[in-house]
Amino acid sequence: MNDQLNYYARRAALGLISRREFIGRALALGATAATANTLLSSAVKAAGPQPGGIIRLGIQGGSTTDNLDPATAANFAATQGNLLWGEALLSLVDGGGLAGRVAESYEGSPDAKTWRFKLRDGITYSNGKPVTSDDVVATIERHAGEDTESGALGLLRDIDTVTAEDNTVVIGLKNPNADLPYYMQDYHLIIQPDGGKDDPTAAIGTGPYILKEFEAGVRSVFEKNPNYWGDYGYASTIELIVINDNTARVAALQAGQVDLIDRVPPRTAGLIDKNPNITVHSVPSSGHYVFIMHCDTAPFNNNDLRLALKHGINRQEMVDKILFGYGSAGNDTPINAAYPLYTEFEQREYDPDKAKFHFNKSGYDGSILLRTSDNSFPGAPDAAALFQQSLAAAGIKLEIKREPNDGYWSEVWNKQPFCTSYWGGRPIQDQMFSTAYLSSADWNDTRFFNDEFDKLLVTARGEVNTTKRKQIYADMGTVLRNEGGLICPMFNDFVDAQSSRIVGWKNETPGFALMNNSAPMRMWVKA
Amino acid sequence: MGLLAKLLAQRIALGLLLLFLISIFIFAGTLLLPGDVAQQILGQTATPEALANLRAKLGVNEPPIDRYLTWLGGLLTGDLGTALTSGQNINEALFRRLANTFFLAFWAAIIAVPLAIFLGLLAVRFRDRWPDKLISASTLSTISMPEFVIGYILMFILGVKLRWFSPTAVGYRPDADLLSRLDSIAIPIMVLTLVVLAHMMRMTRAAILNVMQSAYIETAELKGLSTFTVIRKHAFPNAISPVVNVVMLNLAYLVVGVVVVEVVFVYPGLGQYLVDHVTKRDIPVVQACGIIFATIYIGLNLVADLISILTNPRLRHPK
Repeated sequence: MNDQLNYYARRAALGLISRREFIGRALALGATAATANTLLSSAVKAAGPQPGGIIRLGIQGGSTTDNLDPATAANFAATQGNLLWGEALLSLVDGGGLAGRVAESYEGSPDAKTWRFKLRDGITYSNGKPVTSDDVVATIERHAGEDTESGALGLLRDIDTVTAEDNTVVIGLKNPNADLPYYMQDYHLIIQPDGGKDDPTAAIGTGPYILKEFEAGVRSVFEKNPNYWGDYGYASTIELIVINDNTARVAALQAGQVDLIDRVPPRTAGLIDKNPNITVHSVPSSGHYVFIMHCDTAPFNNNDLRLALKHGINRQEMVDKILFGYGSAGNDTPINAAYPLYTEFEQREYDPDKAKFHFNKSGYDGSILLRTSDNSFPGAPDAAALFQQSLAAAGIKLEIKREPNDGYWSEVWNKQPFCTSYWGGRPIQDQMFSTAYLSSADWNDTRFFNDEFDKLLVTARGEVNTTKRKQIYADMGTVLRNEGGLICPMFNDFVDAQSSRIVGWKNETPGFALMNNSAPMRMWVKA
Repeated sequence: MGLLAKLLAQRIALGLLLLFLISIFIFAGTLLLPGDVAQQILGQTATPEALANLRAKLGVNEPPIDRYLTWLGGLLTGDLGTALTSGQNINEALFRRLANTFFLAFWAAIIAVPLAIFLGLLAVRFRDRWPDKLISASTLSTISMPEFVIGYILMFILGVKLRWFSPTAVGYRPDADLLSRLDSIAIPIMVLTLVVLAHMMRMTRAAILNVMQSAYIETAELKGLSTFTVIRKHAFPNAISPVVNVVMLNLAYLVVGVVVVEVVFVYPGLGQYLVDHVTKRDIPVVQACGIIFATIYIGLNLVADLISILTNPRLRHPK
């Protein structure tokens, strides 16, 4: 029976018989429907990637105000589009670590102050011109220059010199940084001809696809780049369709108008997954939803008050009711198991007695004002209401002020002393800590000024021994968890969904949603 | 006819003055919004240096009055300028999207207006009997529901479950053949029709019923004409003025008020374009859209006035 079943599975994978026919025959051979489905999907994967066809991607975040300059890409749709036509020096690989894209290999000096990136030989841009080390230097110069608008500027501040030597680019740092290669996979730092200095929005890069049509905030169409050096890019056409409305995005997938969507609303993800032609993928991420307190503003400048609030939040309840189980409980640090050098702490639980104890010890007896809005994270006002109730049990009065979505990021976040917000996470601890918790960080949105923490961060950057670095990060986590202004109740999963028309999804890709934007070029249309 | 030309000139001059005032209000309004374009473009990833550089590049450091005057000068020469955020030419993007908006509004109007007037006539014919009550009850209940709710319901039933039409307009291409374009917007057309139907239907019904009280209608009835002929030939012409007014208001709504429907069905019209640019504080685009919308509103009202005057001898020959 098994041979016959496998034979039919292979034929179905190659498209010689239909899925329906295969299931029918499998059932006739005495297999259960579940077994048949599993068999079919593994047979499809075993048959290997099939070239050709079109993958249509329904994606949120795009806006009619977008342009094609990777330096100012600030939403998920823009990032996704840019990563189809362009590549950075490096990229994240499945299961962790880095792989070469435009750079073939890299090495650091023992003091982690000088980094050499050797470029891949003989690769060209989609306009046929060869990639040179001068282009790479120019790219870094453009993003780090005096007059830049680049979102990657924060990463490049420590760069002292960038020079081209034949086929190699040498980056000299002001201070040691063992994690510099991770910065070079940032989605802003796409290598462009002349660094994009003369034409930043030309969309000419080394990626697996070539941009054919672009209508900002509506759709873009990509055709396979016939001269692409690597093995990504199976579909001959990729269509990127911006669908910002959650219901419309799901409906378009259900009706077969698109094959792949991102950000499925957790509330309905379970229902959608019941559709036999749709698979929902829930991938643990480093993204997290937060309540942030300014450590330098009364009453939050009292650590006992901060601890009272940290003990007064019911993390598991939020995972269940806000994320509908598509996520995991946080532990008041921005770091979770998605990070390479993660150390687990004892889980902080909801404890009204401890909350009451610390609240009384703080000497504060008024109510606490929390600002929130719908766009600070999905379900934020509901989460605030849950927090209000769990604090009430500890005798702490929380007042909720609902702010408008419009202007929340410019007027409330990083301005008001206590509000709801979210973080997308970063590939490595150093980047997350230096983005938001270092005293001098641009977005130190908890106003956390801690000398010990800052010193540890700088030490870790120069420490090339991984075991020692891991211990330093653990110590930093402890400081942040016990003294910081961050209440992190939950880490959200990335919830994406695909139709059965395409295959090749991988759950172990770190980074952002849609397999860190690689899904459209690593999945293929079932023959 | 000289009188009419004078009237028309007066109305147009007034309209232009109104447009000028509106442009000032829109500009002042966008200045009151929190945050500026540089901050909105860079969002959470804004560093102080990047903010300063972008502000200088976009020219938003100049005084508001200067920016307004530059923009007004461009407008008078037919140049709406370039979008601050994307650097796109506004004329091009805006008129492409306006054409899409008109396409949707046109087909919705083609169905909604005759249907509403016909239902209104029917309601008068069967006044206070079950057809009248059924028409009123059903149209009033669809207008009472928010349009996105009707949209989601129709999307789910007709698009996802029955697969009769495309659930969303993501397949809409302006250069495709008419049939596939209509398939893309079939459900949005239905939603818009349901939303505007009640208003026009009720107005037709009320206006004709009002006329039906007149003595000359009684004469017509006594002559032995059928009720429908009386309504069609004697009552309706005298009820045109109020009906045209409400029809024009609804047509204007179909062009400028369909933002929600456009967002829900992912239709690339002007509404979505405006909302995105308001969010990003892209003032030139907001102003351009505002002026276009205001022109459409004022223009349609002008048409309504003219039709009222032409169909009413008393207004045509004022003492």
